[in-house]
Amino acid sequence: MITSPFDFVTARSAEQAVALLGEYGDDAKLLAGGHSLLPMMKVRLAAPAVLVDIGGIDELAYVRLDGDDVAVGATTRHAAVATSAVLREQVPLLAHAAGLVGDPQVRHRGTIGGSLAHADPAADLPVALSALGGRVVVQGPAGRREIGADDFFQGYFTTALAEDELIVEVRLARRPGQGWGYEKFTRRANDWAIVAAATVGGRVSLANMGSQPVRALSTEQALASGSGARDAAALAAEGTRPGEDMHGDAEYRRHLARVLTRRALASAGVAD
Amino acid sequence: MSILGTRVLRTEDPKFMTTGGVYTEDLVDERLTGAVYVTFARSPIAHARINGIDTSAVRDSDGVLAVFTAADVTDTATLRGMTRDINQEMTQTLLASDTVRYVGEPVAIVVTEQAYQGEDAADLIDVDYDPLPAVIDLHDAESDKTLLFPEAGSNTAVRYGPPQLDEHLFDDCEVVVSREIVNQRVAPAPMESRSAAAVWGEDGRLVAWIPNQGAQGTRAALAAMLKVSPDKVRIITPDVGGAFGAKFGADPEHALVAWTARRLGRPVRWSETRYENLMGMTHGRGQLQTVTIGGRRDGTVLAYRLEVLQDCGGYPRIGTLLPSLTLLMTPGTYAFAKVESAARSVVTTTTPMGAYRGAGRPEATAAVERAMDLFAAEIGMDPAEVRRRNLLPAFTEPRNNGFGALYDSGDYATALDRALEAAGYGRLRAEQVERRARGDVKALGIGIACYVEITGAGAESGDPHENATVEVHPDGSATILTGTSPHGQGHGTAWAMLASDELGIPVERITVRHGDTDLIPEGGGTGGSRSLQQGGAAVRQASQELLEVARDRAADELEVDARDLRFDVDRSAFTVAGVQQAAVSLADLAGKERLFVRAVFTAPGATFPFGAHVAVVEVDTETGKVELSRLIAVDDAGTILNPLLADGQRHGGIAQGAAQALLEEVVYDADGNPLTASFADYPFLSATEVPSFELVDMQTPTTYNPLGAKGIGEAGTIGATPAVQNAVVDAVSHLGVRHIDMPTSPQTVWRAIVSASEGNA
Repeated sequence: MITSPFDFVTARSAEQAVALLGEYGDDAKLLAGGHSLLPMMKVRLAAPAVLVDIGGIDELAYVRLDGDDVAVGATTRHAAVATSAVLREQVPLLAHAAGLVGDPQVRHRGTIGGSLAHADPAADLPVALSALGGRVVVQGPAGRREIGADDFFQGYFTTALAEDELIVEVRLARRPGQGWGYEKFTRRANDWAIVAAATVGGRVSLANMGSQPVRALSTEQALASGSGARDAAALAAEGTRPGEDMHGDAEYRRHLARVLTRRALASAGVAD
Repeated sequence: MSILGTRVLRTEDPKFMTTGGVYTEDLVDERLTGAVYVTFARSPIAHARINGIDTSAVRDSDGVLAVFTAADVTDTATLRGMTRDINQEMTQTLLASDTVRYVGEPVAIVVTEQAYQGEDAADLIDVDYDPLPAVIDLHDAESDKTLLFPEAGSNTAVRYGPPQLDEHLFDDCEVVVSREIVNQRVAPAPMESRSAAAVWGEDGRLVAWIPNQGAQGTRAALAAMLKVSPDKVRIITPDVGGAFGAKFGADPEHALVAWTARRLGRPVRWSETRYENLMGMTHGRGQLQTVTIGGRRDGTVLAYRLEVLQDCGGYPRIGTLLPSLTLLMTPGTYAFAKVESAARSVVTTTTPMGAYRGAGRPEATAAVERAMDLFAAEIGMDPAEVRRRNLLPAFTEPRNNGFGALYDSGDYATALDRALEAAGYGRLRAEQVERRARGDVKALGIGIACYVEITGAGAESGDPHENATVEVHPDGSATILTGTSPHGQGHGTAWAMLASDELGIPVERITVRHGDTDLIPEGGGTGGSRSLQQGGAAVRQASQELLEVARDRAADELEVDARDLRFDVDRSAFTVAGVQQAAVSLADLAGKERLFVRAVFTAPGATFPFGAHVAVVEVDTETGKVELSRLIAVDDAGTILNPLLADGQRHGGIAQGAAQALLEEVVYDADGNPLTASFADYPFLSATEVPSFELVDMQTPTTYNPLGAKGIGEAGTIGATPAVQNAVVDAVSHLGVRHIDMPTSPQTVWRAIVSASEGNA
């Protein structure tokens, strides 16, 4: 429960963080809220030689309307996302999902950028981003680029981020009044999802049904061709490769994916 | 008016809620100046022969002062089963010498200048392990296919009960149901993990700070392991952050910390991580039970049999002998005509088993209460009605339950009726019928458990007893020394109430001290729900005897006959009948000569609290998820001294008991690797998963102590666990489900529903 030795440097800006990442290379790891990384370091599943602290870059903590999008700064805490009036009106799925991350302590430390970069397939924000078709704005030595949710997540704890890049912003299309649903299945309130289903605007994404957030494409196609929620949800587990652990084997997870998808679709106003 | 029976707020709480407690890990004491830190290197493998240990790389690691292996620790005791009937060839050295028998077993000691250096260094120890087959499954263990202790000749550590079961037990029965039931392994997981600080003085005595449940028992265990006389050991008990049975006595690690301090001639400290705690602290429960119950279709149970296969873990500790308590309570609250039970404890390559809140009795209740529901389902009768027909009638004279337990008094039917009434049982059943009729996805389940348990069973020798010393000081304050060992129960408040009631000294001016063996050499500690009925009774007795001492001194002081003196509790003073001015207070008397009394209270025997719990759950039949929506508890623990403290014990115990029914389980894979070694994987219920419990009052005083008190500390885990489990099964019984093993986790419940729909009950 004590980390391996490491050095600690503080970045005051995104540019400085990029520079520090360039300097230290793959020895370095970004630290934002620390609620995923630090526990992994304490149990020695992670042992970065250098921590670059970006948690204090306040210029990256914001939620604002930007044209057809809502832009959320990377160091915005989950609690701020969950309670943002702008998000609750424009992208309520994201605000709702952020309100279910961990417990209040986690939500007041953890950041949206940190959670997405960590890319835990069981986490709330990656699956929400996937369902929302959001985009991740990353900054590297060559400047900024935008990566769509479907391309951003690449496997267990793996993203399209290059070694010398960091997330600076998350962009989500404004969807006021649009139906949405989020069903997170846990043993206890503060657990990771055994399975979760998120849906909005005809997209359906599943958490913990594979190595990254998984689009339920068969369900989406069924919906697009006019199927009701019940029939569409029955296809939710198609093509998924859920892992197995003591909380659920693959068969149970596939079953949950179908049940939760139907419930999420019902919440979103999709009729059976 | 007496304060006894009132909700006096806990005097302990202001400290815990503001500055916090001082635990062993954070205590500051000049005797510990310059302390160095112990880290244990632990076995990463469940079962293996140790071919050799290379510590050379460790010695070069930053801050390392010393490394010790079993080859160095030659002057300590070899541990064996606690009673002679346990196979004495199943021995344990404090550090594993030639074989490891569970993941987490200490293999080497690394001593570093700073605590953090220890983890880096311990990783560098190179142990050459020659793997042996893991033994996890209890049937596998009892087959003796792989022996943990070849010299013992068997994996069976001990057997209890008759050697031969009665093959005609169920001959007269119209209906017989039999089932194997899992009472799974759970982790005590107190908030404060294990810890120790130790220093040897120039006088050759050890001072050891250890979180414990009874300093005197810890002293005895530590002295025995170190092979020194107990008077060479002083145990001091800082604040203790929970124990649940697992902090009785001492573990090998505690003795090794003291051993290291002696070897190095320096103070030594150790505090384990949560990982180590979940692997290294004893676990609880872990029984595979076979229940067989038979009777008539009119609801009369004629015969009941319980067979227990107890998991000992890698070495026989307290858990090995707990099935004897399970057997002691076999028939529970019932008047079955024929009952028999037998148990067998087997070693497995897992963490050793110890006591866990209830320690053997919850297992008995769980078995018989599950059996009653199985029988009720088989004959198609309401489980409440089946219980009513078979409960022992109310009694006030002690009666033997046929297994050696002498129930002091009981009125089980009234407890059940009160619980059912408070629950609104009839309305719940009606709602259940409605929900089923309309095919509600959320199925309603109602579970019942009747229980009787044994508390204050007591002392190592003689009748159960406990001591207390009460002293009044010249400033009018008082100090109580107690042989009990509070670690959350609130003895500071309760014992002060008892003395205050006798002596007229305000509760806030009474200090309760415990846990220092030089100050209090004798004591039975806190466990088995014994403290109030013995330790509290001793406080009252000491207070009363103090008043008699004071009365004689007051008579001398006032130059009157002692018989003319009256003790005015409001003034904490003796007054002379008819003479208002003539008075002498206890404080005055204490100013002239120390005023204290030590008393030992001895009880005629154990007491048997009883009650009934009703659990209401909602089961999502599509996902298998269970929500506990209500828990109604009647817990008759005799006269209640402080309802606030008693309610606290009930709330905590019920949550803990419900957690076993719903979620908690220590899981090993087939190779003996623990899969639940952190709180990410080992789940308790938190406040978000439990309702506010409905506590129903029932107080039948016992005559075994002047307080009329029985134990309350373990009622929650005894009553709530089977009530909740029964409720889960009841919720889906209309789908054909007859039984679901604990923990009734979502996947398990869902599988039971699917399996029943495919025609398997």
